[in-house]
Amino acid sequence: MKRLYKVELATKLADRVYEYWIHAPQVAHHARAGQFLILRLHETGERIPLTISAVRGDAVRVIFMAVGKTTEELATLRAGDSIKDVAGPLGKPSEIGKYGTCCVIGGGVGIASTPLIAKELKEAGNHVIGIIGARSADLLILEDEMRAICDELYITTDDGSKGVHGFASDALKGLLNERTINRVWIIGPAIMMKVTSGVTVPYGVKTYVSLNPIMVDGTGMCGSCRVTVGGETKFACVDGPEFDAHQVDFAELMQRQRIYTSQEKVLLERFAEHQCRCGEGGHHHG
Amino acid sequence: MGDRPADVRVRDFKEVDTGLSADEAIAEAERCLQCKKPLCVKGCPVCIDIPAFIREVAEGDFPGAARTLKEQNMLPAICGRVCPQETQCEGACVLGIKETPIRIGALERFVADWERQNGAELPKTARPTGKRVAVVGSGPAGLTAAAELARAGHAVTIFESLHEAGGVLTYGIPAFRLPKDVVRAEIDQVLALDVRLKKNYLVGRSVSVDELLGYDAVFLATGAGLPAFMGIPGENHNGVYSANEFLTRVNLMHADAFPEFDTPVLHGGRVAVIGGGNVAMDAARVARRMGAKVFLVYRRREEDMPARRVEVLHAKEEGIEFLTCTNPTRILGEGCVSGLECVKMSLCDLDASGRPSPEPIPGSEFTLDVDMVIQAIGTSPNPLLVSLIPGLKRGRRGNVVVDENGRTSIPHVYAGGDIATGAATVIEAMGSAKRAAAAINAMLREE
Ligand SMILES: Cc1cc2nc3c(=O)[nH]c(=O)nc-3n(C[C@H](O)[C@H](O)[C@H](O)COP(=O)(O)OP(=O)(O)OC[C@H]3O[C@@H](n4cnc5c(N)ncnc54)[C@H](O)[C@@H]3O)c2cc1C
Ligand SMILES: Cc1cc2nc3c(=O)[nH]c(=O)nc-3n(C[C@H](O)[C@H](O)[C@H](O)COP(=O)(O)OP(=O)(O)OC[C@H]3O[C@@H](n4cnc5c(N)ncnc54)[C@H](O)[C@@H]3O)c2cc1C
Ligand code: SF4
Ligand code: SF4
Ligand code: FES
Repeated sequence: MKRLYKVELATKLADRVYEYWIHAPQVAHHARAGQFLILRLHETGERIPLTISAVRGDAVRVIFMAVGKTTEELATLRAGDSIKDVAGPLGKPSEIGKYGTCCVIGGGVGIASTPLIAKELKEAGNHVIGIIGARSADLLILEDEMRAICDELYITTDDGSKGVHGFASDALKGLLNERTINRVWIIGPAIMMKVTSGVTVPYGVKTYVSLNPIMVDGTGMCGSCRVTVGGETKFACVDGPEFDAHQVDFAELMQRQRIYTSQEKVLLERFAEHQCRCGEGGHHHG
Repeated sequence: MGDRPADVRVRDFKEVDTGLSADEAIAEAERCLQCKKPLCVKGCPVCIDIPAFIREVAEGDFPGAARTLKEQNMLPAICGRVCPQETQCEGACVLGIKETPIRIGALERFVADWERQNGAELPKTARPTGKRVAVVGSGPAGLTAAAELARAGHAVTIFESLHEAGGVLTYGIPAFRLPKDVVRAEIDQVLALDVRLKKNYLVGRSVSVDELLGYDAVFLATGAGLPAFMGIPGENHNGVYSANEFLTRVNLMHADAFPEFDTPVLHGGRVAVIGGGNVAMDAARVARRMGAKVFLVYRRREEDMPARRVEVLHAKEEGIEFLTCTNPTRILGEGCVSGLECVKMSLCDLDASGRPSPEPIPGSEFTLDVDMVIQAIGTSPNPLLVSLIPGLKRGRRGNVVVDENGRTSIPHVYAGGDIATGAATVIEAMGSAKRAAAAINAMLREE
């Protein structure tokens, strides 16, 4: 009766950033840009959401940063290993349409979400500009893939080790000053989305951000993922995750992302200790 | 046997009520008058032949009693525990007029537990009909419809969005009222009828509406899982939960066993639970078991609470403090909960529900010193799938509109349980599922 989801390919892309292809037909066959999945590694695991970054046949790609217990543990899986549960696709697809010129911006691991959105926008007949930014050149991911999809691609790094020295928001500001942009998507850490979406306010450009609050079920029945958008409470897992950036209460989002900071620390320390005792990449479950 | 002492049981999640022994069950069964026109059966939405199974208990024929129960009800160990018997079968028992009614629920539980421990028999299924039926949701309504349809020989697939089957039985009702191994065992019996269960499938997303409508018949049993929030200031502070989230973290994700299990939940030192229904009692009693001092805040009087009487008593025994005629107005704090501002209510004229309507008393505001708030003020039908099905008629509260046989506005689509009625009970969900399954059967036979 146990349905297991196999890891088909596991690659390290950058420091603490991993690309995994997971066999999950029911997710792969229906996934659209902007949607995510929820996985649970094993019987005692937590359910965590990850954006669907690409689809190929029966498999979906996720790109994640190891930041805590579950993502660290996921990073120990190798091709051929299994994940207990994968549910999805979840969330509303991106509002793809023919808008004219669209700009898709990814920051850090948030770049993971950009290829599918850019691809669907391109297919809908838009001129698509990509901006991908990272702290430094070695953390920049999916450059080739984005270059192949987008009409134009800009790269920014915080330390100037590649592309333009600065933030994605600087690159966006430059573009907005030069020409008309009809729609903007921004995916990255909450603070990056807050700052970057602030740039489009004076230009009145409709801007979407993909919110990443803490989730449990991902199906709209718990309210853990609630965010305030335009003064109203929304459930990011079913009403989003993409929302009108100019309406989002980012301060509240960031506050709620920290609910379990102390428990997360305990869990990660326990896991690190256990990893040490079991040796590198221990496959202690499955 | 009976309830474990409150001071012992609040330290664990083991079952409060230990149930009847065989001797007690036989003695209780012998009290039954074996009425020719049994009123009790009229009080049971799934129409169990109550006098028959009770007679079998009295005769010590427990396997026979189990067979009689499962004739009409594939989830007897669950119903024996959580049915509001006082308003269902037991409420109708003729003995209740003069003395105490037969403890039908306790007997049902006894028989089901006995069978589980002594090896369960599978009911027979009809020859395969070649018809395919999709059931969406694996709560009591979905499980019941699946069992009925599988027994009639149809090929049934249940889709469930979570990683465990059972719906509220699994994620909502806590183990101290409904042990999870009991739930799993009864689900396994349904699955043993050759029912396919696809977990991690959110219909509408993992299965398209077109694929769904491609089945010969569809039964929607997606429940009323959408939690309501009060809409008061401070509601999104860290430390404010819906009862659904709090209970899901504990019951489904086992956050009470953190860090053995990875999912965290906050441990409030002082917790306010808002509401007066069964869900509020469950949330309060779970928070209590996790070591908190718990206040139950309810805007009307204790006697107006919709919760079952026995749950209210259990909660009180366990040290939950009741603040009745009290309404929360604001959750205080800078990002995290530091208190709950409330106002006392006076109870005036009767309102539409026949209960006195509460009015705030000016100047009676006070602050309850708590660091966590759980809102248990109700849930409404899950909108996700039903809003994606074109042409599916819905009522004002978001429920799917059905006739008495569970028919929706789309010919081969049926619905039952909380998605049709709004939040109700396990047994009503099962009753509506059985009626819908009978109608689906009739429809598929005609074709
Ligand atoms: C819709 C959505 C899409 C996401 N897509 C990606 C992605 O493509 N790549 C990626 O690297 N990350 C993504 N995330 C974030 C990812 O879910 C978290 O990094 C992950 O849950 C952390 O779990 P952990 O146990 O490793 O770390 P923890 O130590 O448990 O947590 C680290 C931080 O992650 C966040 N977090 C923890 N638990 C959850 C949870 N159950 N749900 C959501 N956030 C949580 C919290 O803010 C926390 O402070 C996404 C989040 C959402 C909501
Ligand atoms: C805390 C709590 C305590 C309760 N206590 C009692 C009690 O003591 N006695 C009693 O009689 N009643 C009680 N109830 C009420 C009772 O549990 C419900 O009335 C009953 O479970 C409804 O059954 P259902 O099958 O309609 O829905 P649910 O039990 O809600 O099941 C619906 C299922 O459908 C799944 N689902 C939803 N959408 C989709 C989709 N699109 N695709 C796939 N799957 C989907 C959900 O994940 C869920 O598993 C309680 C309820 C709660 C919340
Ligand atoms: S199923 Fe519920 S209502 Fe029916 S006899 Fe059993 S306890 Fe009573
Ligand atoms: S009504 Fe009461 S006494 Fe009569 S058959 Fe039913 S349970 Fe027995
Ligand atoms: S994660 Fe539970 S409602 Fe969104």
